[in-house]
Amino acid sequence: MKGFVLSAKQRKTLLRIIVALAAFAAIFIADKAVGLGTVFSGGAAWVFPFALYLAVYLLIGYDVLWRAGRNIAHGQVFDENFLMCVATLGAFALAIYRGVSGMDIEGFDEACAVLLFYQVGEFFQDYAAGKSRRSISALMDIRPDHANLLKDGAAVSVDPEEVKVGDVIRVDPGERVPLDGVVISGASALDTKALTGESLPRDVHEGDAVISGSVNLSSQLNVRVEKEFYDSTVSKILELVENASSQKSRAENFITKFAKYYTPTVVIVALLLAVIPGAVTGEWAQWIYRALSFLVVSCPCALVISIPLSFFAGIGAASRYGILIKGSNYLEKFNGANTFVFDKTGTLTKGNFEVKEVLPAENGREVLRLAAIAERDSSHPIARSVCAAFGGEAEGGYTLTNIAGEGVAAQSGADRIVCGNEKLMVREGIEYVPHAGVGTVVYVAHNGEFIGSILIGDRIKPEAREVTGTLAQMGCKTVMLTGDNAAVAEKVAQELGVSEYKASLLPQNKVEEVEKLLARQEKGRALCFVGDGINDAPVLMRSDIGIAMGGVGSDAAIEAADIVLMHDDLKGLPLAKRIARKTMAVVRENIVFSLAVKAVILILSALGFTNMWVAVFGDVGVAVLAILNAMRVNSRYEDKGAEKRA
Amino acid sequence: MKKVFKLQDLDCAVCAAKMEDSIAKIEGVNSVSVSFMAQRMSIDADEERFEEVMDEVVKRCRRVEPDCRIIR
Repeated sequence: MKGFVLSAKQRKTLLRIIVALAAFAAIFIADKAVGLGTVFSGGAAWVFPFALYLAVYLLIGYDVLWRAGRNIAHGQVFDENFLMCVATLGAFALAIYRGVSGMDIEGFDEACAVLLFYQVGEFFQDYAAGKSRRSISALMDIRPDHANLLKDGAAVSVDPEEVKVGDVIRVDPGERVPLDGVVISGASALDTKALTGESLPRDVHEGDAVISGSVNLSSQLNVRVEKEFYDSTVSKILELVENASSQKSRAENFITKFAKYYTPTVVIVALLLAVIPGAVTGEWAQWIYRALSFLVVSCPCALVISIPLSFFAGIGAASRYGILIKGSNYLEKFNGANTFVFDKTGTLTKGNFEVKEVLPAENGREVLRLAAIAERDSSHPIARSVCAAFGGEAEGGYTLTNIAGEGVAAQSGADRIVCGNEKLMVREGIEYVPHAGVGTVVYVAHNGEFIGSILIGDRIKPEAREVTGTLAQMGCKTVMLTGDNAAVAEKVAQELGVSEYKASLLPQNKVEEVEKLLARQEKGRALCFVGDGINDAPVLMRSDIGIAMGGVGSDAAIEAADIVLMHDDLKGLPLAKRIARKTMAVVRENIVFSLAVKAVILILSALGFTNMWVAVFGDVGVAVLAILNAMRVNSRYEDKGAEKRA
Repeated sequence: MKKVFKLQDLDCAVCAAKMEDSIAKIEGVNSVSVSFMAQRMSIDADEERFEEVMDEVVKRCRRVEPDCRIIR
């Protein structure tokens, strides 16, 4: 959607505007130069300019007249078409009245011009709104249009909905992966930007899972389909995005309600303005003219279009960074969020264990080698992390005995390795050196002699410290919930600088903790819970705003959360906060600006300081400005120092 | 049953609100949301009567905003 794209309807309108503008200019210049009202003399001299201007009026405004008439027939009275017709036809009537009663012939040009500029403004408004809508939608449009189904060696292009689990599809370079599946042959790089906001292409080989919606960049892949289209990632995301606009924010609802009362009110005031001072002063023409100007400003379009557009732009901007927001109400609430509750494991920390320290350091390799022998067959995460740290192939030939709750013993002839916690060391009668670090410690002894210890811990995500800091700077409280013991929790909490932490929680306790925090929350402020989506659906639902991370894989999280960070990166939080803040700022600006301009024009018109030209600006000019302002939301939000993500 | 329909040529936000109001009053419609931005209408209506309800929706749409077409 680049460049200057007009629909057929818009092209027709544009042509009509140009012709009408040219004709109007010609007549207007002729009028000013010669005075069209003086071409013919006599009482009906006004008919000549009237006829010329009326011709232009009808050319540019026939559709407005038609729609106004049709809508009245349908019982829809107060729409902008009707208001413009009343205002401009009224202006014509006034001008005719002047002509008939022998005053100076004037006012025809104004009546005609008002409708002309109204149409110009409508055109811009339509174009700007359509263009911004399209540019945002294009960002979110990840729907695959076909799948190359392999049948007997040949590829047939079919609708993704027709492909079944187990079918094999071919994905050519440049194409979108239509369904979730596993690569069975080929190797390529996938662009997952539309899904996760991650700009680095992901390499995939045989056996790797591919998710629908990503784009194949370099070479052909054959993929065995694992999920039908309706269960595929792309469908889930599309559903989420399509429904995003159905959850309306308070600001949007306010505007819709406001519009309902605003227009009839202005029309009634206009009526009173024409009748009462008219009757009192007897200056009917003057007061009717002022009332007509009133009508021109009475359309609430600037607001009604620009407010949802601002939210839409905010949601669009967020989706560019892999942040899915389920509705504009959440964007609005998120701006008022001041408490962030984090689940520790998997959210603030990586959720996988790794060796952090081996003591004594100079003998580390030997410690790991012996530990790996004992731990080689275990699937326990701690054992896996030890083997991963060793890296090589651990020696076999040992008989391994699991000592429940304590560790493992490996025996081969007289050679005996024990590997486990303090209890095991005590039982084996080994003099060990206690490790002071926080985390899980594995002690290793060989033939009754203490060799060393291995500290295993969950690693804090590299960006976590920075993110909690940024959130604190933004005036937010950060709370960490964890099932770990108090010692580990305290250490992590200190390292991260979170304002509060609660340790030793069972999953159901997390809901209670969040409820306690919710009870302490000030009115108008929101509490966010950030989790990795595993086992925390109830908390996600209970909090004001549930935020799930890396949620592409977890259906429950996508359903329960209000905001999904597709990319497993906490930096999405401050980013989303900035987008929410900007959106709300623009929304407020637009409400205040549009209402203020309209109010001023209304007052000035009532007092007779302005004319209909200014009133037209008050209507369509303000709308166009508000739309342009709304588009500011759809800009870039990266920090200067942050890593670049296109 | 909930369904989402694309809308064509819905070019005024006030009309979207009017459509929403009018459609919400149809019997059998549990909830409806017309999004001017996404040009979509999501409608939740009784399953047995869905087609019947949709006929009425189209009729009302034609009355409120004749330029707008619902793509079924």
